[in-house]
Amino acid sequence: MEESPATAPLENPAPVVEMTDISISFPGVKALDAVSFRMFPGEVHSLLGENGAGKSTLIKALTGVYSIDSGVIRLDGRKVTFSGPAQAQAAGISTVYQEVNLLGNLTVAENVMLGREPRRFGGINWRAMRKRSAEILSGLHLNIDPGSLLNSHSLAIQQLVAIARAIDVQAKALILDEPTSSLDTEEVAELFRVIRTLKDSGVAILFVSHFLEQVYEISDRLTVLRNGQLVGEYLTEELLRIDLVQAMIGKELSVLDDLEAQVHSTEKDRAVGAKSKTFVEARRLTRKGAIAPMDLSIDEGEVVGLAGLLGSGRTEIARLLGGVDRADSGQVSVHGEPVKLRTPRQAIKHRIAYSSENRRSEGVVDELSVRDNIILALQADRGWLRPIPRKRQDELAASYIEALNIKTPNADALVRNLSGGNQQKVLLARWLAIAPRLLILDEPTRGIDIGAKAEIQKLVYGLAENGMSVLFISAELEEVLRLSNRIVVLRDREKVADLPNDGLSVDALLTLIAEGAPAPSHTIGAES
Amino acid sequence: MKNVLNRAVGHRLFWPLVMLAALLLINVIAVPGFLSITVNSEGHLFGSIIDILRNGAPTLIIAVGMTLVIATRGIDLSVGSVCAIAGAVASSMILASPTPNNVGTVTGALLTALVLSLGLGLANGLLVAGLGIQPIIATLILMTAGRGIAMLITEGQIITVNSVPFAFLGSGFILGVPVATVAGVLIFALAALLTRRTAMGLLIEAVGINPEASRQAGVRARGLKFSVYALCALLAGIAGLILTSNQTAADANNTGLFIELDAILAVVIGGTSLAGGRYSLAGTLVGALIIQTLVTTVYTVGIPPIATMVFKAAVVTAVCLLQSPTTAAALERWRSRLATRHLQGVAAKAGAAR
Repeated sequence: MEESPATAPLENPAPVVEMTDISISFPGVKALDAVSFRMFPGEVHSLLGENGAGKSTLIKALTGVYSIDSGVIRLDGRKVTFSGPAQAQAAGISTVYQEVNLLGNLTVAENVMLGREPRRFGGINWRAMRKRSAEILSGLHLNIDPGSLLNSHSLAIQQLVAIARAIDVQAKALILDEPTSSLDTEEVAELFRVIRTLKDSGVAILFVSHFLEQVYEISDRLTVLRNGQLVGEYLTEELLRIDLVQAMIGKELSVLDDLEAQVHSTEKDRAVGAKSKTFVEARRLTRKGAIAPMDLSIDEGEVVGLAGLLGSGRTEIARLLGGVDRADSGQVSVHGEPVKLRTPRQAIKHRIAYSSENRRSEGVVDELSVRDNIILALQADRGWLRPIPRKRQDELAASYIEALNIKTPNADALVRNLSGGNQQKVLLARWLAIAPRLLILDEPTRGIDIGAKAEIQKLVYGLAENGMSVLFISAELEEVLRLSNRIVVLRDREKVADLPNDGLSVDALLTLIAEGAPAPSHTIGAES
Repeated sequence: MKNVLNRAVGHRLFWPLVMLAALLLINVIAVPGFLSITVNSEGHLFGSIIDILRNGAPTLIIAVGMTLVIATRGIDLSVGSVCAIAGAVASSMILASPTPNNVGTVTGALLTALVLSLGLGLANGLLVAGLGIQPIIATLILMTAGRGIAMLITEGQIITVNSVPFAFLGSGFILGVPVATVAGVLIFALAALLTRRTAMGLLIEAVGINPEASRQAGVRARGLKFSVYALCALLAGIAGLILTSNQTAADANNTGLFIELDAILAVVIGGTSLAGGRYSLAGTLVGALIIQTLVTTVYTVGIPPIATMVFKAAVVTAVCLLQSPTTAAALERWRSRLATRHLQGVAAKAGAAR
């Protein structure tokens, strides 16, 4: 391996950051086991791995959030020990986290300079502040008014403001942890432009993303972790995508291909067999500002995929069916009987479960244990007077932890301490525990690793096989195509197509999303 | 052994219990017979400890309700006023009755007062859960209006009640134990059973931690909030009756004055966060005992009454400091430094011996 170019930096002789043989243990887990990692000036280095591989731990070790058990961190060749993120930042290592940690009700300038406001006569020098923040923003070619409120900008701009804030501290190294997870394609392009600007000015950038596409587009170098251990450091141009994926999950990816074959074989069975019964049918379902009158029907045991951009109405219609939001007008019937879905509770009574796309804020209850989270919906449905016996709770928790392969020390662990993918599985377990007839999954695989993704996809497939209806929403069209029997395409809050998944391609779907209905007959819907 | 010690120090009730023990110790030093309990000719228990358990009961009873309210991310400032109203209603009914010593009369008066308290709690619940008004504002309304209502009921007078059955509540004994203490213990036990033997505790915690996630999981947050505010006011009513009976007078201005602050303090000292979520009734019990022991200490040690509030503030500050994560970390660093120094000392001695 000595002759591998990855071990000998190309044009950058000295790394800015050099972490050597870092180990960190948590009670019962070896989170990092002698992992080494380097960052070179003017280079984007992607850190890859499944959930629980140790990416966040490595970042937190670098930024001083966790103290390391053994190993050495060098910054510009000097050994450093940070006792907190503030120290790391002062030394030139800045971090931008997945969730924008800014104050929406302050101006852009105030956010950029927060905590480092230029002073004059004991007060804030507002003029200097506006000038300095304008300089930083223009340095990033960001054409926004520093005096405008942060909330008036899109999430993408806010993300860029967070970066502007991070680099004002004369960052030598910038860590971007999942910065793209809530951005659309154009916004990602804007972010990448900024990253390239920074890169050209010599900043070393650590990039974390679950989107391999983006990783390949932006990074020069890749480091792969698995189960807290270093798999290897590679130059991006020398690592084939399939090899990367195998390095990440350490097993053949054929499971996904098998799955696809299975779905399509049942597709044929369905076509041959008798027509399934309709489970839920929505007619002219409307909510102002969210969804134009829409018809949608889902058969028993059918997986319907919703494809469309963010804001196209895909989440909005799902929330109406799940009772999370109220429809202004329209009618939903279950097995032909009109029903009211005005609260999640009513939807659950009809065995319709909505699993939110916002796992943390609307999904798991993070200060409760895994067990409590799994039984929550079932318990709420039974009412507080009929507690689930402790023994039954333990059985439920144990069976779902095993069935969904939830990685947790035990059922008493707080959900807060689990990785994103495992939190998602806990949320799924909660919904499966109420034995839903229709499971609405809104972005169930967002921000989670390929292994967990495959497991969840397999699960969805298995559930539908057993007669459960699934409404599946994902920004990843491949995933929608892989799992769905039928695909509904939404655009600008309207349904533009409703077609069986019969040899559809990603490109065909993209065309539909971009341009609308190919033929009017498709808009009539599933009744045909 | 060391492990056990570390675990004990890490327990969230450790420092409150240490503080309680320290307060008791101060009292024992000041008054050597402080812990002794005597039985008088009628078989009633007497002693300073019994006094603490009796006089602390109203605070404990209210703090139990407050714990549940706080766990739902709420707060109830109106409990003191509800105390006053309950006392005023019961007293004026007994006073107006031709047979104040009749058990039936007193029972009727007590039930009326409690039903009214429950109604006031439902009104709080309506404001908070029904109309979505912030709990601190919603209950502030009743906190200020309540004393006025009590004043209207007593017509501005301090009603002195001479009723044997009513006096029993505040100064009577059951099997030698003060009635108030028995009521406190029973209510504490019932609340613990109600929340932990049913799923109420879990659902309350879920709502307190993440209201939206709980709603989407089908938890009826609104109903739960209604219940905890109603329960809190009902318990405040009970506490108000005990206080009024103990003072043998209903005083619209002073019955239960500032008791909401004591109750909130008891909850916080017990380790339940004001941000809602996970709660500890056992912690609240310890908190209520600390507060009452504190009041007693002021008398036994002979702190002048004008300095009472300052003394109380000092102790509460100490407990809160001991519980804060920042202090815990500092203590941890100090301990490990001591340990290293000790080891170095041992090593140096060993070297010198050689």
